[in-house]
Amino acid sequence: MRHIISVLIENEAGALARVSGLFAARGYNIESLTVAPTEDATLSRMTIVTHGDEMIIEQIIKQLNKLVDVVKLLDLSEGPHIERELMMVKVKAEKGMREEMKRMADIFRANIIDVTDCSYTIELTGAGEKLDAFLQAVNDDLIMEVVRSGPLGISRGEKGLGLSTNS
Amino acid sequence: MDLTGAEIVVQALKEEGVEYVWGYPGGAVLHIYDALFQEKALQHILVRHEQAATHAADGYARATGKVGVALVTSGPGATNAVTGIATAYMDSIPMVILTGQVPVPFIGSDAFQEVDITGITRPCVKHNFLVKRTEDIAETMAKAFYIARTGRPGPVLVDIPKDVTDPGVRVPFEYPKKVSMRSYKPVEKGNTRQVRKAVDLMVKARRPVVYTGGGVVLGEASEDLRKLIAHTHFPVTNTLMGLGSIAASDDHFLGMLGMHGTYEANMAMHEADLIIAVGARFDDRVTGKLAQFCPNAKIIHVDVDPASISKNVRVDVPIVGQVKPVLKDMLKFLKERKSGPDKAALKEWWARIKTWRDVDCLKYANSDKVIKPQYAIETLHKVTRRRNFYLTSDVGQHQMFAAQFYPFEKPRRWINSGGLGTMGFGLPAAMGVQQAFPKATVACVTGEASIQMCIQELATCAQHDLPLKIILLNNGYMGMVRQWQEFFYDKRYSHSYVDALPDFAKLAETYGHVGMTIENPGDLEAAYKEAFGMKDRLVFMNVIIDPEENVYPMIEAGKGHHEMHMSPHLSAERELA
Repeated sequence: MRHIISVLIENEAGALARVSGLFAARGYNIESLTVAPTEDATLSRMTIVTHGDEMIIEQIIKQLNKLVDVVKLLDLSEGPHIERELMMVKVKAEKGMREEMKRMADIFRANIIDVTDCSYTIELTGAGEKLDAFLQAVNDDLIMEVVRSGPLGISRGEKGLGLSTNS
Repeated sequence: MDLTGAEIVVQALKEEGVEYVWGYPGGAVLHIYDALFQEKALQHILVRHEQAATHAADGYARATGKVGVALVTSGPGATNAVTGIATAYMDSIPMVILTGQVPVPFIGSDAFQEVDITGITRPCVKHNFLVKRTEDIAETMAKAFYIARTGRPGPVLVDIPKDVTDPGVRVPFEYPKKVSMRSYKPVEKGNTRQVRKAVDLMVKARRPVVYTGGGVVLGEASEDLRKLIAHTHFPVTNTLMGLGSIAASDDHFLGMLGMHGTYEANMAMHEADLIIAVGARFDDRVTGKLAQFCPNAKIIHVDVDPASISKNVRVDVPIVGQVKPVLKDMLKFLKERKSGPDKAALKEWWARIKTWRDVDCLKYANSDKVIKPQYAIETLHKVTRRRNFYLTSDVGQHQMFAAQFYPFEKPRRWINSGGLGTMGFGLPAAMGVQQAFPKATVACVTGEASIQMCIQELATCAQHDLPLKIILLNNGYMGMVRQWQEFFYDKRYSHSYVDALPDFAKLAETYGHVGMTIENPGDLEAAYKEAFGMKDRLVFMNVIIDPEENVYPMIEAGKGHHEMHMSPHLSAERELA
């Protein structure tokens, strides 16, 4: 099953390597991993998307918790949560096709954030399926480059992941 | 008080109560060595190879329960220490390893003797640190010791660049009195509700087995285990790492379990309806084939490390906590019950166990022509049983024979590399034990292959007057490798014959020790007595044994507990009867 795990980790050199090394050494699967500092500069927040049966996910969570640098973590998939992913797509937009591409971006509520005489760069944020749908809707020949952030997640309501919140 | 980084390192060791440091100097740690030179309270023991520094610190830690400390230089000094670090990690041994590093501005430039040792050791340490500022040394050292000794213990490495210990840089020194880390909070007591659930199962059990590992030794819970067993009359088996946590002479003890465990221990596991696992981690050498592991049993698992629980085997009642308080609670709750475990059922269970015990699975055919390794260990026990005795071992057949035939009565007396299975561990580990207990009798049982992996340490023993007794069970083969090749490769003994052996007795003599060669079974006991009588000398006993003796019983990797190979000698005898 797919799980999305949020990790608060000390913002120290080597912290990311400890997490990625753990996944590699124990043969766990990483679908995506994003990391950035939080509002508290001493902490980073990671979002990891992984797959595995119940026993493996339990081990992943225990092994992550065992890392000395990990402060707290939360398996977001256990409760109601929101996921968003950012994608930038560079597409061919030559004369005669520019209007069509603009319309497509509007339908998906995407923004065109860069324009050249032959291309658009389109920014799209949403759940992973929405980004997939956009890519499917655009003719493959027109796609020049795609970059995705990997999902970010946050839980809904009172429950959350922070130094003071209960998770 | 302003101190240099090197002085802070030394002061921190003193603050932590460190008595001994095993190490080897080199460029990146010269400032630290200079500070050590002026320090009388700390004794530094110069080894001959960095691997031995870590094993010696490890042996010291296993025997005393204190944190062992090793100090090595950057680059090859650090990489040589890695085997010892991984050995300690697999067996959860508290250690702090200090490594030198190239100066901070040189890091990442492929400088002379530079290696990314925090990167290399990341998967085999509990934690590691790279200290980039002199001001951070004291706090980092305090954290390193705290992490090493608390929770599930383990090795912690502190990498110190040379400029951080520069004698020209002085900073105020104050050692932290208490360490508190928001990201590291080791558990203490187990959840009492879970312990009560466990007790519910224990009173209902009809065929219980208590299976305990190194955690009971590390957690100083032997006495609590003894009391629990005395109260419940449950049978108890130990892993290789747990030997000594219950006295071998205790009637409830079934011997070791697992690949070379006893028939009674493995059969009891197989037929049990309740397993109480304490400080053990369901290692593959213990469980055999997971699908056939304890097929009829509910499982209670007590461990300080939540990640050990339900890792290999799904358990019914997990209890995360220090084993000592959990065992205390277990006994307390059991005593509060009006009725205990079913006495009639237990009696029946013990009767069943007796039929397995009667098989006498460790029986071997002794000889008056050639020394059998089993006899060598039994005789060792006979000669040393009244002594304050510690036994270390290397890895292979001799290790299994020692585990099977030396009955350990107390914890921390049997010191061997269980998890990693590191050949070369025995001699340096024994040095650490002897250093900790100068008056004790410390012996190392080894093989002619293992001993050669750290034999240079005979020089360290000479320099530091360590009167170890080395018992080399010499069969001319890497015995365990040969045994597997006999069983599984049609006796194609590919590269397991150790040709061109030195004359070990003479070799020991050139290092300044006493050497003996013993070939006749009839001479063995007298030779041991003579050797153990030499209180102040290291005696190296080259005991020539039967070259093709095998370790039995044996469960092949991937087989169940009930599928043991028994000694052919035993099978023949049973067929006759």
